Amino acid sequence: MPAGRLAVRKTYKLFVGGAFPRSESGRTYEVRGANVALASRKDLRDAVVAARAAQPGWAGATPYLRGQILYRVAEMLEARAAEFGALGVAAAEVAAAVDRWVWYAGWADKVAQVRGNANAVAGPYFNLSVPEPLGVVGVVAPADGPLLALTSVLAPAVVTGNTAVVLAAAAHPAAALTLAEAVATADVPGGVVNLLTGRAAETAPWLAAHRDVDGLDLTGLTDADLARECESAAAETLTRVRRPAPEDFAADPGTGRLAAWLETKTVWHPKGR
Amino acid sequence: MFAYAPAPESPAVVDLRSHYGLFVGGEFVAPAAGGSRKTVNPATEEVLAEVAEADAADVDRAVRAARAAYAAVWGPMPGAERAKYLFRIARILQERAREFAVLETLDNGKPIRESRDTDVPLAAAHFFYHAGWADKLRYAGFGDAPAPLGVAAQVIPWNFPLLMLAWKIAPALACGNTVVLKPAETTPLTALLFAEVCRQADLPPGVVNMVTGDGAVGAALAAHGGVDKVAFTGSTAVGRQIARALAGTTRRLTLELGGKAANIVFDDAPVDQAVEGIVQGIFFNQGHVCCAGSRLLVQESVHDEVLDALRRRVARLRVGDPMDKNTDLGAINSAAQLARITALAEAGEAEGAQRWSPPCALPERGYWFAPTVFTGVSTAHRIAREEIFGPVLSVLTFRTADEAVAKANNTPYGLSAGVWTEKGSRILAMADRLRAGVVWANTFNVFDPASPFGGYRESGYGREGGRHGLESYLA
Amino acid sequence: MVATQSADGAGPVGGDGPTGDAGPVGRGRPVGGDGPVLADVGRTDRALRGFLHGLPGVDEVGAARRTAQLATRSVKTTAKAYAVDLAIRMLDLTTLEGADTDGRVRSLCAKARRPDPADPGCPPVAAVCVYPSMVATAAAALRGTDVHLASVATAFPSGQAPTAVKLADTRAAVAAGADEIDMVISRGAFLSGRYAQVHDEIAAVRRECGPAHLKVILETGELGSLDQVRRASWLAMLAGADFVKTSTGKISPAATTPTVLVMLEAVRDFRAATGRQVGVKAAGGIRTTKEALRYLVLVEETVGAPWLSPRWFRFGASSLLNDLLLQRAKLATGAYHGPDYVTVD
Repeated sequence: MPAGRLAVRKTYKLFVGGAFPRSESGRTYEVRGANVALASRKDLRDAVVAARAAQPGWAGATPYLRGQILYRVAEMLEARAAEFGALGVAAAEVAAAVDRWVWYAGWADKVAQVRGNANAVAGPYFNLSVPEPLGVVGVVAPADGPLLALTSVLAPAVVTGNTAVVLAAAAHPAAALTLAEAVATADVPGGVVNLLTGRAAETAPWLAAHRDVDGLDLTGLTDADLARECESAAAETLTRVRRPAPEDFAADPGTGRLAAWLETKTVWHPKGR
Repeated sequence: MFAYAPAPESPAVVDLRSHYGLFVGGEFVAPAAGGSRKTVNPATEEVLAEVAEADAADVDRAVRAARAAYAAVWGPMPGAERAKYLFRIARILQERAREFAVLETLDNGKPIRESRDTDVPLAAAHFFYHAGWADKLRYAGFGDAPAPLGVAAQVIPWNFPLLMLAWKIAPALACGNTVVLKPAETTPLTALLFAEVCRQADLPPGVVNMVTGDGAVGAALAAHGGVDKVAFTGSTAVGRQIARALAGTTRRLTLELGGKAANIVFDDAPVDQAVEGIVQGIFFNQGHVCCAGSRLLVQESVHDEVLDALRRRVARLRVGDPMDKNTDLGAINSAAQLARITALAEAGEAEGAQRWSPPCALPERGYWFAPTVFTGVSTAHRIAREEIFGPVLSVLTFRTADEAVAKANNTPYGLSAGVWTEKGSRILAMADRLRAGVVWANTFNVFDPASPFGGYRESGYGREGGRHGLESYLA
Repeated sequence: MVATQSADGAGPVGGDGPTGDAGPVGRGRPVGGDGPVLADVGRTDRALRGFLHGLPGVDEVGAARRTAQLATRSVKTTAKAYAVDLAIRMLDLTTLEGADTDGRVRSLCAKARRPDPADPGCPPVAAVCVYPSMVATAAAALRGTDVHLASVATAFPSGQAPTAVKLADTRAAVAAGADEIDMVISRGAFLSGRYAQVHDEIAAVRRECGPAHLKVILETGELGSLDQVRRASWLAMLAGADFVKTSTGKISPAATTPTVLVMLEAVRDFRAATGRQVGVKAAGGIRTTKEALRYLVLVEETVGAPWLSPRWFRFGASSLLNDLLLQRAKLATGAYHGPDYVTVD
């Protein structure tokens, strides 16, 4: 630390609806010397409200625009490489995370072509299947690392028009919130990405049981009993669930995570004169 | 004067046995506990046959048979060979179509016209379509080496007994899985006839297994630890239970559940076809259709015109003997379902909606419900929110496209929707905004094996049919 | 919409109620005193366009789906016996060939009066339909019978003649004894949006018809869409048509079930709007009993009993009659029949 000047420390708060509020509970927990907001179920409730409000507009944005905005996230992330370094994130991981945002940015206007289909039905009908976003996706982020794993679960959820409520890994809140800052400065509309720090074990059951959540990514829940409870709670409204499973986030991500948060809508129309 | 004389289809083409066993490992076998259940013709309440009632031990035996066939025969078999078995099954279904249609109508109560012209031809088409996929799966877009999941447990409802069987078995087999299927307790007969088709096709023993019985059998099958995949079509309540039962496991699940579809008629609709679509939407198969257009949303400016035309058309429906070739509306499938429809219709009246049915004489024996139209329905009425699964239409009104979308989407379901308007850009905008897995624009209740079918939200997850449907059966 | 009811209300043939049967030759509707129906609809191209294009559209696939479903209706035993006789009674037995001669027309008239010489119980057909030059011959051959005499007119089949010629054609046919005139509309004018011209021509021909009853041939095979069939039907009805008729028989496709479905919907809606009932004639391409029964099913299920009589529904066909007779004989005897047991035309 340079002598003569006292550094200004960053306060790590939640990221909800495009703003950085403190937890309504007033609680914090300490990670590597920093006091980090400890999100409550009411913060979760607010985050879902923000995500729901943002969803139609985000899904209604052109894929071209969503792609550019995700690419802008990559730009903002790249520019913060030094800051991530100072938080202990390896340069290679930052680079991989940037590249992953770029990879998913490119999917915005291609996913319909890969996941959609013109169907040759036995009759005089136009029949087209198109992918649509589910709506609001709740994500329990994996603790596998500070940045790449989080990126790998968040980007594929939002690129297709979903909005996300992410429970960040308890051990890596600073990197997660620095990513949130990149998101906030990348023209991502408020509420598209919402990030709660704290203990997933406390908030995940509320996320799972929330009736206005359409998809649930339990990747980060390593406690099998809790994961089962969450999946069971999600069944109440038939919420789509991705179960926890070991994953190599350094590998080619494929399209599985894109597909997990898509519905298929099939439209019929007669062909007549 | 001009009138239709009775034109009954002959039941003689069906060779009904008095007792049916379970179909396990390629053989009809007696259930472990020896229980059985009578299946009746809902149009006459006559007993058609006694069908074995499986228990947990029988389910276990069937799953083991499916596992053995998967490991030894069906899993390793080249796709091109699997394809030929499925083509063979498709052909046999076509050849024995009349027999299947008659049996379906006897056991289910649906009009012979529908079983003959819709259920059976579509079932054959499903096998034909999926047969061709069996050796082309790596071109389906799900990776270079798509693999089967293993043993699929499949539980199907009573509304389209053979067709739902085809929707389940054809993709599972095409993808290399083996199956244990539980038909609905009130409609097991065409599934058991299909078991005979499997034998006729020389399908290796154990590739298809059938366990018959009630919901407990389905629950035991769905919860069986020896299966890799569960596929269920039925009520949202049961789907929810299955989803809970599978929580924390690695078993894959697809669900095709209930619906409360809005059929939206704008003032510029092609009125005569819209009326046909409304009728087809709610009275097809006595309204025992998960994607039925059970909520008619009609623009206020044409409400009276559309309702007059609809009543005139509904009055033309021919209700009665399902075996008569000119019958449009057959029997309700069971006493239990009739009671549910009756109760909900009474609730509709009690809540102040106006009930109308055309004058029509219903047979004395059997389970019957006259086609019914409720007008003056509000979004708060039970008949506008709950799935009735019967020939009961709830009519609501709207003023603008935005209001139509808001009302249409105001349900936890999301299976299907209909839009009637001659304006192309409005169709596309509506199709974008309706939260439903299938949107029929200027048509309704059309189905095809190449077209993915399945719901949003509480109507379930996963798709059946088309390229998309394969994903449910591939690792 | 307020109807301007024609003086005789129920329809063009005086005294016949909507369910009445074909009247005897010479009973036409009284001329004059007939204001235009839907008088509030202007008769300019612009006004007619506004009206006709404001009619509900027709989805072709949906219409075909409906008729395909109705084609599965089973008409057997007693129902079939009634329907076959009804189809015979609805038949406009037609010969419209360049090679027609007096002898051929007289032979056809004899068959019209008594289709099955071996069975006096077999009903006569509704009408004989010939070219104007054959009307006098046919009138003589049909004198004293209940069989109507229809003549095509207005430069049939193309209609490509000056209006004065068309009117003269009509006048001549009526003068020679035709009590039904089957005119063609100017499809060219219709397709180019000159609706007033089509309307006025129909109205003028209607006046020339006097007591004869006017069938307006839309030639639906040239109209291009079912929307146009609906518009043309309404235009003809607005102009005073007693019947709308699908086709000349010279163009393929001629009558199709979706086309007739749309025309039946049009006459149904027209009656609801104006109180005036208009008939429908399916002509061209109907050769078998099975096809004819499909049309009767279509009538039954679309407009029902009020149209199920020769007064309100007709078949225009030449070879259909023999197939109806074969079926009739099969029903009577239980054995399948051969073509040598019915007369050649």
